[in-house]
Amino acid sequence: MQNEPTSSAPGLAGTPANSSFDILHSPLGSPQQGASVREVNDPFHGDLLEVSMGPHHPSTHGVFRMVATLDGEIIVKLKPVFGYLHRNHEKLGENTTYLASMPYTDRLDYLAGMTNNWAYALAVEKLSGQVATERAEYVRVIVGEMMRIVNHCCLVGFLFNDLGTSFTPLLYAFREREKFLDLFEELTGTRMMYNYQRFGGCRVDPTPEWLAKAKALIDGFPRFLDEYEQFLTGNEIMLARTQGVGRLSPELAINAGITGPVLRATGVGYDIRKVDGYGVYPRFDFRVPIGDHGDTYDRYMMRILEMRESVKILQQAFRDLPAGPIIDPKAKNRGLRPKAGEAYGRIEGPKGEIGFYLISDGSTNPYRYRVRPPSFINLTVLEDMCLGHSVADAVVILGSIDIVLGEVDR
Amino acid sequence: MQSIEQIRDLIVARFPGAEVTVIQNPGPAAQHSLLLGHAQARDIALFLRDEPSLKLDFCSNATGVDWPEKEIVETTKVKVAQPDGTEKLVEQKTKRLQPGYLEAVYHLYSMALKHGPVVIRLRTGNRTDAVSLPSLTPVWRSCEFQEREIFDLFGIVFEGHPDLRRILMWDEFKDHPMRKDYVEPDDYEWEPTPHDAVLTKAKGHYPAPGSTANAEGGM
Amino acid sequence: MLGSGIIKGLAVTAKNFVGSFHDPERLPTVEYPEKRLTLPEAYRSFPFLVFDGENAIDGLRCVACKMCENECPPQCIYIIPERDEKGRPVKKPKVFDIDLSVCMGCQICVEVCPFDSIKMDQVFEVAATNRFEGLIAHREMLAKSNTYYHQIRPTEAAEVDTRLAEEKRLAEEKAKAAAAAKAAAAAKAAAAPKPVATTAPASATAPAAAPASPAKPAVAAPSPSPSSSSSAAAPMAAAPKPPATTP
Repeated sequence: MQNEPTSSAPGLAGTPANSSFDILHSPLGSPQQGASVREVNDPFHGDLLEVSMGPHHPSTHGVFRMVATLDGEIIVKLKPVFGYLHRNHEKLGENTTYLASMPYTDRLDYLAGMTNNWAYALAVEKLSGQVATERAEYVRVIVGEMMRIVNHCCLVGFLFNDLGTSFTPLLYAFREREKFLDLFEELTGTRMMYNYQRFGGCRVDPTPEWLAKAKALIDGFPRFLDEYEQFLTGNEIMLARTQGVGRLSPELAINAGITGPVLRATGVGYDIRKVDGYGVYPRFDFRVPIGDHGDTYDRYMMRILEMRESVKILQQAFRDLPAGPIIDPKAKNRGLRPKAGEAYGRIEGPKGEIGFYLISDGSTNPYRYRVRPPSFINLTVLEDMCLGHSVADAVVILGSIDIVLGEVDR
Repeated sequence: MQSIEQIRDLIVARFPGAEVTVIQNPGPAAQHSLLLGHAQARDIALFLRDEPSLKLDFCSNATGVDWPEKEIVETTKVKVAQPDGTEKLVEQKTKRLQPGYLEAVYHLYSMALKHGPVVIRLRTGNRTDAVSLPSLTPVWRSCEFQEREIFDLFGIVFEGHPDLRRILMWDEFKDHPMRKDYVEPDDYEWEPTPHDAVLTKAKGHYPAPGSTANAEGGM
Repeated sequence: MLGSGIIKGLAVTAKNFVGSFHDPERLPTVEYPEKRLTLPEAYRSFPFLVFDGENAIDGLRCVACKMCENECPPQCIYIIPERDEKGRPVKKPKVFDIDLSVCMGCQICVEVCPFDSIKMDQVFEVAATNRFEGLIAHREMLAKSNTYYHQIRPTEAAEVDTRLAEEKRLAEEKAKAAAAAKAAAAAKAAAAPKPVATTAPASATAPAAAPASPAKPAVAAPSPSPSSSSSAAAPMAAAPKPPATTP
């Protein structure tokens, strides 16, 4: 049959004969299996159809394109295409000073600017040997965990939009998110483009009123989550659409460098907050939610559970927040010239491991400025997760990975 | 976790004669790295992944670095015999061309043993024709997109990569934008800016902009 | 029971629907532009230049040191310092342009300014009919009075004023001490005493645009305090800060 997809496993072509170098693919979603969904002698067996979804498609969360080869409704091959938002962020970083890159990092993952700031500040602190003050570390945890809640609110809302529930769950989540953004606006001056972290601390000190407001909001947040879960988690349609859809095996997830909730949904307990223990995270008592099946439902539940854990962390952080300077008075920000060397700093962002790799040659600009974007690398397994599923499921699977094109394309 | 020297010794014990060099990182981060030779790079990577005491199963970050040719001027003081029989110290400048190369850097962690990072580097022969490196995608699939990105932005050709195409730039694009000597194409479009450099560039493309309000600033 | 999840969910929607009629928690929208929310004091949009006194251009605190121009990440600031007839630089900007279509409101210029002369505005309704020149803000458009600054950011402006007053006081004391020392030296030398404005160089180092020596009536800038500076209408601040109306 000429129509039958050849064994065009995405790329066994160039691999050497040595079998130990076979590229790991998900056993659930190997291309061969996807093709055998239908009998070849099916009288209705038609041609394969190549569909280009995107770049202007509401379900792709931005300018993202999926070139899907379909056998009827079933995906037998899927190639993600991106770069439409590419602005060479890394070159910009090499052409500006260390401090001037800070506002640009907000624009990577624009739904979670604070954690980008934090990762960058951490990397530069490693590179230049600076240490943030204790109060600043607590404030970073506070804003970082609030950012995680904001991001997960966004993700869960959009996930339901992708499932076809037009806007109601999204707007409930956005209503809650907006309260957090108002707080961020009060603290940093903007809703999303914070430019808040500095090397050695944070830019402004939160006032006691701000902290009281934030604490009140956090204390009330589990009530919203309960309502939201009552609204959605037990919904039969949602269960039917997400359980068993887009399975990812832990072996593949580890090998493909998947991080964040997508990895933990497969049952791998790897959270950089626990593993690296950066900042003051070792002082907090919290658990890392771990999934079981690695399917879309688990990925959804990861986010809900992580929000609950974030609330726990935040309550402890508000309780223990020490007094002191918000930024090291000797911190060097403007005109920073780190010693020649390199550093890789990473944190657990809401989407996964966000890291910055910096090489300094002793001048005011980084010699090399590299962003390790979590959602870019998490896209590696999109094809493996989608094979054998229908187009509508591909939309949901993409939604559950949680990509932001500002970060994927940089 | 073992120190970088111990890891090197492990590798050398397993692969006698393998080219492994420790590159020291002088910065405060002290993340030292291992420079691997091409020939056994993939085997060594597989060994790092599967060796029970290392289990570096998670390649977090893969990226390229461009190191262009550098002219290094060394000044040495040489005694030169003068015609009158005395000796005089004369500074002698020797110019040495340090060859350029492209570098791929991988940051490895272990999810099983929760340690890291171990940094490994691969270097190309030069920046023009010997730009290929063995691909590590067969060892860690997380390199699949990242190596494509390195190929796209730096121009390193990864041998054994399953699907080496441009990823961020479009397929017809010619150059490699992250190289240090990249010159952006001359496709400037006039924009409202009061900056000299941009306006000078604009003059080559457009008649002087009809801005009166801006005339003062644009001089 | 199959379907119970859906029924539970619909109960939540019903609760929210009914609740939105009397619970402001559940109706978070505002009918902009008739109603507006209060902006938090920290809110920032684009930069503006603060001036003291009546005259927008003479009272500018900016000394054209170009520090913000150098540090601006997207390079949207452009400055030419003013020069006097002899071509020496005067500490004033001749051209101070900000390209609002490039500016990303990161406020790094505010952070690096040592003279407290550039601050972030809160005007967010910046529409222009011209895509090109319309979005380049010139010196005249950017200059806004200290009173306006006090209006939008009372806490921060008060802090800045206190700091500037303190710096000015220190500068004056220093100038006086220098003058006294000079006078003493002059007396000692028994030369013809010439008590000219030796304070002039000291006043130039004072960060505030207000001259340190009161014996110079040419630039009548009162000390930058909220009570003394009269309200000069800033060009871009046509709309005063709207009153707070929340639903």
